[in-house]
Amino acid sequence: MVNSLKQDWFSNIRGDLLSGIVVALALIPEAIAFSIIAGVDPKIGLYASFCIAVIISFVGGRPGMISAATGAMALLMVTLVKEHGLQYLVAATLLTGVFQIAAGYLKLGSLMRFVSRSVVTGFVNALAILIFMAQLPELTNVTWHVYAMTATGLGIIYLFPYVPKVGKLIPSPLVCIISMTAVAMFLNLDIRTVGDMGELPDTLPIFLWPDVPFNLETLMIILPYSAGLAVVGLLESMMTATIVDDLTDTTSDRNRECKGQGIANIGSGLLGGMAGCAMIGQSVINIKSGGRGRLSTFTAGVFLLVMVLVLDEWLVQIPMAALVAVMIMVSIGTFSWTSIRDLKNHPLSTNIVMVVTVVVVVATHNLAFGVLAGVLLASLFFANKVGHYMAVTSELDETTNTRRYTVTGQVFFSSSEKFTASFDFKEAVDNVVIDLSRAHFWDITAVGALDKAVIKFRREGADVEVIGLNEASATIVDRFGVHDKPEAVDQLMGH
Amino acid sequence: MLRVVACIDGSRAVHAVCDYSAWASRHMEAPLMLLHVLDDERYPSEPDLAGNIGLGSREQLLTELAELDRKRSKLALEHGHHLLDEAEIRVKAAGTNEVVKRQRHGNLSESLVALEKDTRLFVMGLHGESSSDSNVHIGSQLETVIRSVERPILLVPDEYAEPKTAMLAFDGSETAFKGVEMLAASPVLRGIPLHLVMVGADTADNWEQLKKAEAMLSGLDVEITLAIRQGDVEPTLHAYQEEQGIDLLVMGAYGHSRIRQFLVGSTTTTMLKSATKPLVILR
Repeated sequence: MVNSLKQDWFSNIRGDLLSGIVVALALIPEAIAFSIIAGVDPKIGLYASFCIAVIISFVGGRPGMISAATGAMALLMVTLVKEHGLQYLVAATLLTGVFQIAAGYLKLGSLMRFVSRSVVTGFVNALAILIFMAQLPELTNVTWHVYAMTATGLGIIYLFPYVPKVGKLIPSPLVCIISMTAVAMFLNLDIRTVGDMGELPDTLPIFLWPDVPFNLETLMIILPYSAGLAVVGLLESMMTATIVDDLTDTTSDRNRECKGQGIANIGSGLLGGMAGCAMIGQSVINIKSGGRGRLSTFTAGVFLLVMVLVLDEWLVQIPMAALVAVMIMVSIGTFSWTSIRDLKNHPLSTNIVMVVTVVVVVATHNLAFGVLAGVLLASLFFANKVGHYMAVTSELDETTNTRRYTVTGQVFFSSSEKFTASFDFKEAVDNVVIDLSRAHFWDITAVGALDKAVIKFRREGADVEVIGLNEASATIVDRFGVHDKPEAVDQLMGH
Repeated sequence: MLRVVACIDGSRAVHAVCDYSAWASRHMEAPLMLLHVLDDERYPSEPDLAGNIGLGSREQLLTELAELDRKRSKLALEHGHHLLDEAEIRVKAAGTNEVVKRQRHGNLSESLVALEKDTRLFVMGLHGESSSDSNVHIGSQLETVIRSVERPILLVPDEYAEPKTAMLAFDGSETAFKGVEMLAASPVLRGIPLHLVMVGADTADNWEQLKKAEAMLSGLDVEITLAIRQGDVEPTLHAYQEEQGIDLLVMGAYGHSRIRQFLVGSTTTTMLKSATKPLVILR
């Protein structure tokens, strides 16, 4: 216990401190940009990012992963804020936390095994597209200065690291923000700055209880939002955890992470912030910058708040174009480049799942719907594929006038029609043997199909014998089958 | 067949670990496993603080980190092979022939827990690899190992001396009796004269407890000496050890008794630090 505490927190102090600072720079633009999209002051997002990062560093199940106020979550809050205001958002944030803690105790983290790789890829790509699209309002109906600054900003971000010596020591997003701010102030450009977007934090966050009536009506308002937030938050967190697991070759505790996300969101809500979750882009930046332990997440949160409080006068001067450049970088870095390259190598069904996930998310702005669509589609494709692994062969023994059918493979809802169609009911034989010793019956559809076949043969006057039901099939047949009971015909044929 | 597992590392205690484990293997007639645990820290050596991510960054990062780990693991594996080869020569020279060599990735206590099922006794140095140079006297991972492993552990000093007499610290508690029971069932101390020492008041009651413990150990068929001493647990036990020339100290990490406090609690470090003779920790 003590050892793992030490391992989680203090085994990589230098790397964690430095990377935490680098990550904080990428947290600020996202918090500000998505607060604006959610329709609240940047203050709300910045407080939320601070609270979530600090709390999750203690209670999360994945050391080195970065959680804060995210775009994916902010997009779900837009209508709630517009229709009911900030206080309801805070209440929804608290309820989200409760749901997530419950999910942790119910061990729903293990449900991630149903989310296939192509759905994950689709999710990640959709997220990247959403982050990019969220930057578009800052880039429409503006003067050419904004385009020039965004382009220059991106240039600095991607080219500065090639500068010898300092390139790998000073975070290029920082260089981008500072130089763009300096240019804007020096030239006195009339472009939008952070200060124009709403109130920024001026004190430490204070404890707040949402000012909403505690009744059923309130609950009904916030419930759908909280449920959506809880699902999307957990999905993104679980997927990010998997990415961090892969990168660092370590494992995470998913159910602890679920509970941790819940606690962090409750903490954020109590300090007047909005709900958040793990962030794919920022977590990758953290790992790339050498962050591995809990200290990196903690540092990112604390440094973010310190920067915002100490540098608030300068912060308001930052042109939005600089933040847009940083967010475009996050979006590009989040996007899975290999998924495009692999499109031509992967099977069509996989590609369809991925693309459908992306399209549904982009259309609904809700990652949960995209994942749901992706998982459903992937399951259907799978059922279809496995359904092919079923074959029926038959041979006729003329001396006894017996037709012997041998069934091989998987019989279930998707293959039961093919199963039924494999029997020749019109052939007049005295005896029919159905050999199932090499088949697997998976569900009641399969059992029903067998019953129907048996009854049909009986009606044609054949004596039917079913042999070789293996253990797996036997249990299902015993429980649901009707063909060996006297009232079989009436029951199945429905008269 | 249950084995003796010797934890081999690059510390100065490694020779003693070889000798003691060879002795234990012969003494208990159990095959010996030489184990080297690759407990490497996987952190990037050169921080890249550029803080930017672009197309394919994630994939590239994964490739880079995997390559870095591969290089390090290769080196560590090779280093481990050398250590194990040397250790094998040493234990074979000491007359132990049934030897296997193994390497495992991961941290020490997890690795030992994974091997626990087929293990009768773990042998490890009191002074670990990382503590050899910097004057810290207790193996950095010892405490975690003692807490997590549920098999007897033989902790050995840097110099080997064949164990001739053993001492069991005893406090009359229920858990202490459990320890006695374990000792009675374990072949670790077969044929080694044993001192059963209690720290506490010299009362008839305590003597009775000691006698009871002695009876439980009668199956070991060794000479058992009983003693009760007064004073603070730790110095008293050490003094008795000096006085009687005892070269193997047996202790149980008992539930929450004083002896556990004395062993695993806050005084662990001082206790293990001051140890100059091998210790057997019973679980």
